[in-house]
Parts: sequence; structure tokens; C-alpha cells
Amino acid sequence: MKPILVFLSVQDGRIKRSSLEAMTRAREVASEQGADLHAALLGSKSSELATEASNHGATTIYLLSDPVFDSHLNAPVIAGLEAVIRKSDPRLLVMASTEAVKDVLGSLSVRLDAAVLPDVASFDVAGEEVVCQRPVMAAKMLATTHSSHSLVIVSVRSGSYEATPSPVDATVETVPFVFDAADLGLTIREIVSSAGNTVDLSEARVVVAAGRGVRDEAGRDLVLELASITGAAIGASRAVVETGLFPATAQIGQTGKVVSPDLYFAVGISGAIQHVAGMANSRIIVAINKDADAPIFDVATYGIVGDCFNILPLLNAELKKALA
Amino acid sequence: MALGRFVPFDPAAWSILKIVLRNRPPIKIGKRATQSMNFCVCIKQVPDVQASVQTGRMVLNAYDASALEEALVINQGSEDRIDLVLVGPSSASETIRKALAMGASDATHLVIDEAAALDSHAVAHLLAGHFKDHTYDVILTGKQSQDSDAGLAGSMLAELLGLPYATNAVGLKADGDAMVVTRQGDAGQEIIEISTPCLVTCSNDMNNPRIPALKGIMAAKRKQIATDTPEVPGSRTVITTTAPPPNREPGIKLEGEPEDVVSELVRRLSEEAGVI
Repeated sequence: MKPILVFLSVQDGRIKRSSLEAMTRAREVASEQGADLHAALLGSKSSELATEASNHGATTIYLLSDPVFDSHLNAPVIAGLEAVIRKSDPRLLVMASTEAVKDVLGSLSVRLDAAVLPDVASFDVAGEEVVCQRPVMAAKMLATTHSSHSLVIVSVRSGSYEATPSPVDATVETVPFVFDAADLGLTIREIVSSAGNTVDLSEARVVVAAGRGVRDEAGRDLVLELASITGAAIGASRAVVETGLFPATAQIGQTGKVVSPDLYFAVGISGAIQHVAGMANSRIIVAINKDADAPIFDVATYGIVGDCFNILPLLNAELKKALA
Repeated sequence: MALGRFVPFDPAAWSILKIVLRNRPPIKIGKRATQSMNFCVCIKQVPDVQASVQTGRMVLNAYDASALEEALVINQGSEDRIDLVLVGPSSASETIRKALAMGASDATHLVIDEAAALDSHAVAHLLAGHFKDHTYDVILTGKQSQDSDAGLAGSMLAELLGLPYATNAVGLKADGDAMVVTRQGDAGQEIIEISTPCLVTCSNDMNNPRIPALKGIMAAKRKQIATDTPEVPGSRTVITTTAPPPNREPGIKLEGEPEDVVSELVRRLSEEAGVI
């Protein structure tokens, strides 16, 4: 089989964990199919990350170093990936399903005349077919979808696979890249980042998520304290984002981020299907809600029926003791 | 609302901005006093995924409804058009009527067979065919459809038409001959300027779509919906089966005095689950 090429997303100078998860799965499939594993890195400091790519099994690493990649804009990413694809000539292009990847997936497939299997929970190659399973209908159903197109692009939901290293010797190739910004048609005016120093939600091992039951600033403080004790990233349901207590970047669900941490605290979250679609693959789910009939208890590993204003102070104190 | 801190401008982005400004056509004064645009909104009819039991009830895709609402707000008090186009079976005309009732100007229905299973690639090609004879300042659509959650057709269409585009918009406004889009990115919100003509896909987090008023419903009933029956292009992906996902192991509800319940939870998280 022709190679499998993995596009590695970089954030804050590091390869995203979700990219390494996708890469680990791509490595397994490549090994089963007797195919080479290639990697693509886009960014002004991409060469510093090549070692991490070879540590995860890439034998050929394509680098595109240009400052245009330091802030996300779709047109240069598409042009960059197109340049790498022409060199790598893969059977399969695999990427983590980040917001930046979702932004380019459709247009990239048209540019490359490829088929796309977006936001998959698993993928495999069987003969001529690339097969995947992907959640549909707000994750209430799982669709098995395949494509026998000559080039298939797969984007993988974070947490679908475990990232493991497997060091190999690699060839690093710098791909010449000149981007003509004049005919871009779009420019960045401003980037409003969510509050600094917090743990990245889609990469986090522990997530503390707040819902409407976290009624006010006092409730938010309790949630922030729980997150700080457990080293968690902070998430929120759409309902509580709308109140302004939490930023839109914290939103988890069908329209927000998809997370699958080892431990997920759902605090005052009722568990509407749009929210559950974004967190149902978490390993351990703790639900705290005063409504005993809240649907969140259907997916919770451990449920506590109670007002988070009563439960969280006790839980925070108990966790502090346990983790001290 | 805590939006966080503003990050200083990236020098790379500045250099692009300067080049774009240099190549920009002269500003036409008075062309758009109202800051409005000619819009076309691509809409889809989908099953009501929010219902706990699937009854077969079909609705306007929530993300498309937000795209239409945004166009209606931007063009309030303007004579500029907001047209609709829908790819779907003849029964989807019900959804077109609903969108017309919200206040859209005219609609085209690209009618396909009830049994045709189109992937995003096929839908984007059908829409691209429509836009060969219909030009607009801005094409809007939902960022994904709530049944397939693929999120591809919008940017595929932009590429087929050669238009600059932005996806996952949570804010949108017209600014002269450009659109200013606030999009939700991985680490924060990206505010980008796109020259028109362009395409933008919308999140449902940007607004609450209006409920059509009686006047709008009556006016929509009288409107002609243009129909076309284009040849359906091939799909590149095929769904073999759709089934409910495997159930999670049933969980445990911890009951009793809050103090006891909390220490029991911490004990289980540590000893049973091994996560702390």
C-alpha cells in the first residue's frame, strides 16, 4: 500500500496529544498493510518537533517552515498540505479532528480530489476500502462508513486511541513553500485567546465541567477550586456559557469541544444529548446534580444526587486530603 | 463575560494585512450605507435529533437556522436579498416554507430522489451547480448538519467556487465590501476579515433563530419556490450500517449523608477507578 501521511497539529510549541493518538493508530494500520508512515509539520519552528514525530514512528517527515502557520488561517494550511501530499503521495491522510483541521477538511478534499471520513471514532484499511466508525445523530448512533477512493482523508476524534511512542530513524525533508498572501482574500484582525495558563480542554486527562446548576460566581469559584485541586481543564455546558459565567471556548458538546479524559466531573449538568455527545467517551464520569432524574446519571460511572453548593465544598476538602 | 486577555498582534499576520491593504481596490464611498449584503443561505432538512424518541419529524437544521437569522439581522431595513437554496427530497419543501416565513426573499429547491443517499461531496457539487447561475456577496450555511455532523459541505462548496471562506462563525458583521467573522478556534476566538464574495459557515451559538410570525407564514405560503432536478453526482463515501453505540457499563448512584457520599466517592476514584 502507498504511505499513510499524518498531519501533526502543533499548539504552544508542542505536537498535540490528539495528533499523536491519530499517529499511533496510523502506525498500526501502516504496519499491518506494509506501508510507510510519513508525517507533516507546519510552522516556523517545525524542525524542533521532528524528533517527536520520529519517536512516534514516522520514517519520513516533511517540514514546512513559514511564520504564516503560527496563527491559523485556512488558505495557507491547505496550500501547505497540498505541497506535502504531492511529495508523499499517500493512500491515506490522517489528522486529529481539531477546530483548525475541521476548518480545512472539506476544501482540502476538493483541492486534492480526495474522499473524506470526518470526525471518526475508529478507522481501518480492509483491502481497497478505508473503513471507519463515526458518531452521527448527536452521537446517538454510530455509522460504519467506507470509501474506496484512491486518496482518503480521515480526521480522528481526540481520545479515540492511546498515544504510544515507537522510535525509528527518520529522513527529514524540508518542503519549499512560498505563500502568496496577496490573493488570500482573508486576514486575521485579532486573536482573542481564552484565559491563559489553563489546561487545554481537548488534551486534558481530567476535566471539570459546569452546568446550569453552577448558578453564580460563588458556584464558579467552587468549580475552579475543584479544577485546581485535580489539575483539570475547565469545561462548560452550552446553558452555562450563555449566562456568561464561562467562556465559549470552554463549551463541550456537539457544537463545542469533544473531550474524552480519564476523569470527567459533570457539576450541575443535566446531560442534554448535545452535551453528552461531547463527553460520553470519558473513561470515568462523576455526575453531581440535585435532580435525581437528570439524564447525566445514565452515562455517569458515579452519581451523587445533591446540590453542588453542598457537595463541592466537602468534595474539594476530601480531595485535597487525598491528593496531599 | 470573561473573554480573557487580548493577545498582541502576530507580526506575520501584520505583514499579510499590509500586503492585502496595498492590493485592496479603492474604497467606494456610499456603496453600502446600510452595511448589508446580498446573501444566499444553503439550508437542509434533517431529523429532529433533539427529540428523545425519533418520530420521523423533520426540521430545519439548527445551524442553518442560525445562519439565516444572522443574515436577517445584518440586512434589517435593507433592500438586499436573502435567498435560500436546499438540496433534498420534494417533502423538504415544508422546511423551505418555514425558512421563507422567517423572512427570506426567494428559494430554490434542488429536488432529489427520497432514496438518494448523498454524501457531502455530492451535496457540495449540486450546490456549486446552482451558484454557477446565481451570484451573491455572501453564501452562508450551517457549520454542519445535525444528523450527519460531517461539517464538510460548506468549505467544499467554497473551494469548488474558488471563494475565500471561514467556518464555525460565532459572530458576523458586514464592513464595507468585507465580512468580519469571529470564529471559534482551538485556543480562542479568531477574528478575521474576508473580502466578498465569500462563504461563511455558522455555529448555532451566534444567535437564537426567530420563530416565524403569522404575517411571515402567510407571506411564505404565497411565494413561488423555484425547483430544479439536477443530475445527482456520485458519492465518495458510503454508509454501510448505522446502529446505537455500545452502552456504557451501568454506573453507581452513591446515596446517604453528603459527608459519607463524598468520602465514598473519593475512595472509589482512588481504589476502584484508579484515576486519582
